[in-house]
Amino acid sequence: MSARYSWGGDEFVFVELAEEMSLQANFRAMAITNALREQRPDGLVDICPANASYQVRYDPDVLDPHALMAQLQELEEQVGDASDVALPTRVLEIPVLYRDPWTTETLMRFRDRHQDPDGTDISYAARINGYASEDEFIAAHSGSPWFTSMVGFVAGLPFKYQMVPRDRQIVVPKYLRPRTDTPKQTVGYGGCFSCIYSVRGAGGYQMFGITAAPIYDPTQSLPDFTDFMVFFRPGDIVKFRPIDRDEYDAQLAEVEAGTFRIRQAPVEFALAPFLDDPDGYNARLLEVLA
Amino acid sequence: MTIEVRKPGLSTTVQDAGRTGYYDLGIPPSGALDQYSLRAANLLVGNAEGDAVLECVYMGPELVFTAAAVVAVTGAAMVPKVNGEERPQWESFAVDAGDVLSFAYLTGGARAYVAVSGGVDVPVVLGSRSTYGLGALGGFSGRPLAAGDVLPVGSGSGPGSEVVAGRSVPADLRTTYSKDVEVRVMMGLYDHRLTAGGRATFLDTTWKLTPVADRIGFRYSGAELETVDREPPFGAGQDPSNIVDAPYPIGSIQVPGSVEPIVLHRDAVSGGGYMMVATVLSGDLDVVAQSAPGTRTRFVEVDLDGALALRAERRARDGRLREALA
Repeated sequence: MSARYSWGGDEFVFVELAEEMSLQANFRAMAITNALREQRPDGLVDICPANASYQVRYDPDVLDPHALMAQLQELEEQVGDASDVALPTRVLEIPVLYRDPWTTETLMRFRDRHQDPDGTDISYAARINGYASEDEFIAAHSGSPWFTSMVGFVAGLPFKYQMVPRDRQIVVPKYLRPRTDTPKQTVGYGGCFSCIYSVRGAGGYQMFGITAAPIYDPTQSLPDFTDFMVFFRPGDIVKFRPIDRDEYDAQLAEVEAGTFRIRQAPVEFALAPFLDDPDGYNARLLEVLA
Repeated sequence: MTIEVRKPGLSTTVQDAGRTGYYDLGIPPSGALDQYSLRAANLLVGNAEGDAVLECVYMGPELVFTAAAVVAVTGAAMVPKVNGEERPQWESFAVDAGDVLSFAYLTGGARAYVAVSGGVDVPVVLGSRSTYGLGALGGFSGRPLAAGDVLPVGSGSGPGSEVVAGRSVPADLRTTYSKDVEVRVMMGLYDHRLTAGGRATFLDTTWKLTPVADRIGFRYSGAELETVDREPPFGAGQDPSNIVDAPYPIGSIQVPGSVEPIVLHRDAVSGGGYMMVATVLSGDLDVVAQSAPGTRTRFVEVDLDGALALRAERRARDGRLREALA
């Protein structure tokens, strides 16, 4: 599997590792960009790993474009399929109020832009993915962990890829036309990716619920943000935990009091043993939160 | 000293040379969309080239100075006035305590830059004073200016050259504006998803800038691009213009639904699921920045060697500007 390299104007190199999404491609993107971060040649400005691709920004007045591309190709060789790479990361628990009143109100306002104007986003997603009920669908969405395969779009928004074999993955289309409004901290879904909207604004992903957990805090006032204003990093593993309205309100009060923290524990993630036995590996992974 | 905002204009923000190093977390560079005008405005008032200035879009603000200062306005043709009296653009002029700076209507370009000796002194966030509106980050409280805001002005981080009124950018180093522009691009990224005909349409069409043009992106109308038939890869979505969500270079041109290309600018969303077919050369982002809705635009293809040669020309022009204003 050979990567495709392209210039993004005079300051970017774009590298597509695979056309289709897979954890393998994502792991390669992460391994290559981590190795590049260690080498960090002079003139490198930004290193952006993504789902199945990555890009770097560089200053061609300092760093010769062809030398940079050769270095990236060499790293691709060295990393190989990245299956023997172990990634130090974190397991996080994100509490979700599914079918909450705020995203429900928003999705009703934009029904004319939706594939199923008579239903809700979650009823539509449950049906087209073959689930008998919305509860069963929520159990599937929250039942296995998710790998943060990219951070971006807007400040701190995580894209998450479900850590299950492909035949069990949830896939939904995006809205027919994007909404002009999405509540902050909406748990969304588009294609094979779940996301959490970090700020209020436009969006095209289906809306399933909301979390009280802030994930972007430009004022850095909450304890989870003392180091940096963006919470998520590529590679973070997420477990969604369904909660009820009472628990949501209690968490919101903690956020307002400035005491709320996202539950987390450090782990090392290795791709090969995960691919050999995803269910067993996930069960062990989630024990660290217990 | 401070500057009081009496009227904010349409969308006036504090911007400098921008921030780097955080794009991987979705925080774009921001900074003045027209970097050349930023540089010229600062050099005119004796500031460092990348100091913070005000970027004014389409309609200027009304500002009151609480102390004497030297001011310069570059970029879009929007004649400045002090207490109602016209002042030249691309030339520094003095203001006294209590003076009111306002602007005539825009007659060319889109974005004017107002530099004041000492620089706008909002806090530095992640290495820059620039406003990133979507993330409510940097600038003045992370947002465009509003009536009643009071902007602090610094004591200057400039090279120490004497601050004088009447310093002027030579005519050949001023930007002029046209409703017909050429924007140089390098094809690439996902341009293989276009048929040969689709590619030719992209380069042959005279695109028109729509009113959807802001610091995030500039949307153009003109034609539909023909794409190659394919089986969608897993995770990419059904539309032929969909891709597995990927990073977006600043200046990249995405084409959602194969119609209405969008040039992403310095407040870009950092990634997403639409095919990009080309990237505007970093220097020509200044040309895009000064395009007003209706501007007829041709995307002209250059290769990497051509792009590097144009970059060297820009550098040489920056050098002449520095010399002229030293």
